[in-house]
Amino acid sequence: MQRLLQRREYQLAAIIVLVVGLITLRAPVFLSMGSIDTIVTDGAILTMMALVQMLAILTRGIDLSVSANMALTGMVAALVSKSHPEMAASTAILLSLGLGLLLGAINGVMIAYVGIPPIVVTLGTMSIYRGMVFQASGGAWVNAHQMGSAFIEFPTLRFLGLTSIVWIAAVLLVAGYLFFNHFRKGRELYALGSNPAAARYVGINSTHNQMLVYTLIGLVSGLCGFLWVARYAVAYTEIALGFELQTVAACVIGGVSMAGGRGTVLGCLLGSAFLVIIFNALPIINVSPFWQMAISGAVILLAVVLNSRSERTRTKLILKSAQLVAAGRAS
Amino acid sequence: MSSTSRITHADNIGKSHLVMKFPRFTKRWEFVLLVILLAICFFNASVSPYFLNLHNIFDSTQNFSEKAMLVLSMTLIIILGDIDLSVASIIALCGTVVGWLALNGAGTPVLVAASLVVGTVAGIINGGIIVWFQVPAIVVTIGTMSLFRGIAYIVLGDQAFTSFPDDFSDLGQGYLGGLIPYEFIVYVVLAILFAVFLHRTIFGRTIFAMGNNAQAALYSGIKVNAIRFWLFSVNGAMAGLAGVLFTSRVGAVRPNMAYGWELEVVAAVVLGGVNIMGGSGTVPGVVLSVLVFGMLSFGLGLLNVPGILMTIITGCLLIATIAVPIIAKRLSAYRF
Repeated sequence: MQRLLQRREYQLAAIIVLVVGLITLRAPVFLSMGSIDTIVTDGAILTMMALVQMLAILTRGIDLSVSANMALTGMVAALVSKSHPEMAASTAILLSLGLGLLLGAINGVMIAYVGIPPIVVTLGTMSIYRGMVFQASGGAWVNAHQMGSAFIEFPTLRFLGLTSIVWIAAVLLVAGYLFFNHFRKGRELYALGSNPAAARYVGINSTHNQMLVYTLIGLVSGLCGFLWVARYAVAYTEIALGFELQTVAACVIGGVSMAGGRGTVLGCLLGSAFLVIIFNALPIINVSPFWQMAISGAVILLAVVLNSRSERTRTKLILKSAQLVAAGRAS
Repeated sequence: MSSTSRITHADNIGKSHLVMKFPRFTKRWEFVLLVILLAICFFNASVSPYFLNLHNIFDSTQNFSEKAMLVLSMTLIIILGDIDLSVASIIALCGTVVGWLALNGAGTPVLVAASLVVGTVAGIINGGIIVWFQVPAIVVTIGTMSLFRGIAYIVLGDQAFTSFPDDFSDLGQGYLGGLIPYEFIVYVVLAILFAVFLHRTIFGRTIFAMGNNAQAALYSGIKVNAIRFWLFSVNGAMAGLAGVLFTSRVGAVRPNMAYGWELEVVAAVVLGGVNIMGGSGTVPGVVLSVLVFGMLSFGLGLLNVPGILMTIITGCLLIATIAVPIIAKRLSAYRF
């Protein structure tokens, strides 16, 4: 199984190289330093969010409220920056982390302790948090000149040539890799996703783990909300609208199984990279950005179909069609 | 099930355990919904003199009739244990096709037929991929959700189709006897059909059987895959119908039309007492929940409350609907 997974990621990496090659043939400017810099910075937020979305999907859940969480924390951070322009970037980050954590913990309590299915809870909080962005801002925009300079400049600070967003994402990816592969908690999540009943028998506490998962998602969403608002230097009610589906798409393309228990950090990274490369390449090869949505939809479907092929050979089938029914049902 | 049971299975969330010593029918979720509906109507009538007006009430049904149709077929899908997140995108796709055909001189019957066909084909694509490749409906419909609306964006970009035949607007804006909107009549007829189909036919029972245990249903000889496929096709057809009615009512097609409806539809289904994990739910329940949502937003509209506040209320209702019975059940388990 490990080898199969590895192969899936190599395939994806090969496809990405191929796509980049084709685009570069058509428009060599795509591989210029400036273009790469944009892609890496754009991709950093998606990669971080895909990484935490994987936490939910691994445990047979989903978090649809991530983008609303980002919008709310981003808006609150922007509003605070508007009233206190002298605020240090570190204060804004701490504030966003705290608020994001709180919003994630609300999801976590409803899912882990009350026992409501994740899709229902996060569907509900998605509407609630998004509505609260409007309530907080009164529907008005917070523009670049209203925010403090330290606030706006933070995401584009450079260290060794890379923006701070990229560094944060890199640290998170390394931490994620260690967590998923070398920490007991990380392995417990895989166990919970593969076989919840068996995980319970060996003493894995699903309540605590689910609480951890959705709180972590909230924490990173809060951070990304701040980074998003600061990078684009504008905050409004519809920030990151529909972004939650892109995070799920990145996971699916990266080979994370919606049935739970399967997925890697490398897959997440490659899935996000693929989406960001496609999106950034469209204007360069003179395709209208209006094609973005349809292309990402088609790519998701393709990835789903390809994944189903590799997942099917995984288990020995006693009654073939019955096994398929079980595999095909939504978690 | 005795009230001393500590088991808090999610399969009982459709029923209220708040009321313990009242006649049996008061324990039904539909009864709770009816009480909520009456309370909302009473509240609306007491705060606004414009609420208790037959014209206004029937007029307000137009604002949710299309969504309500989607709720009916989505109910079957969710009872089956699946979900379809692409319905709103199918509406955008159908609207785009209808708008394009109208621009090229097609008549109203052709437009209606085209919308139904496009919707059904979209549903067949969903059902086909789900059944053929045996992949979870939620991922497939997240994909087609982007794909279908994406096609609308490719065709329209930032433009809009706004020219339609003269008699086309009657579909979504016309009234029977100057009072009851055609859309509402279509909805009532469909609701009755779906209720009979789900609660009074063998086919309807098999949906419950599959929702409770797909594997057992397969072993009992139910054509599990065929039923899933057909229900997704029906859901697509309903989205096609809703799409043409919505286009007719609004009189313009933009690629972002019906954005976010899939979540409102799912919320209405869950509030209607359908178990999100599948296996239980009723058509009268979801009809009542649609009316609750409709009357609530109508009342808030009369009070000039901004529409986005409605999304907060929708979200709270969705979570509270499921959380309150679970918490009440746990509390009652501790007390006795």
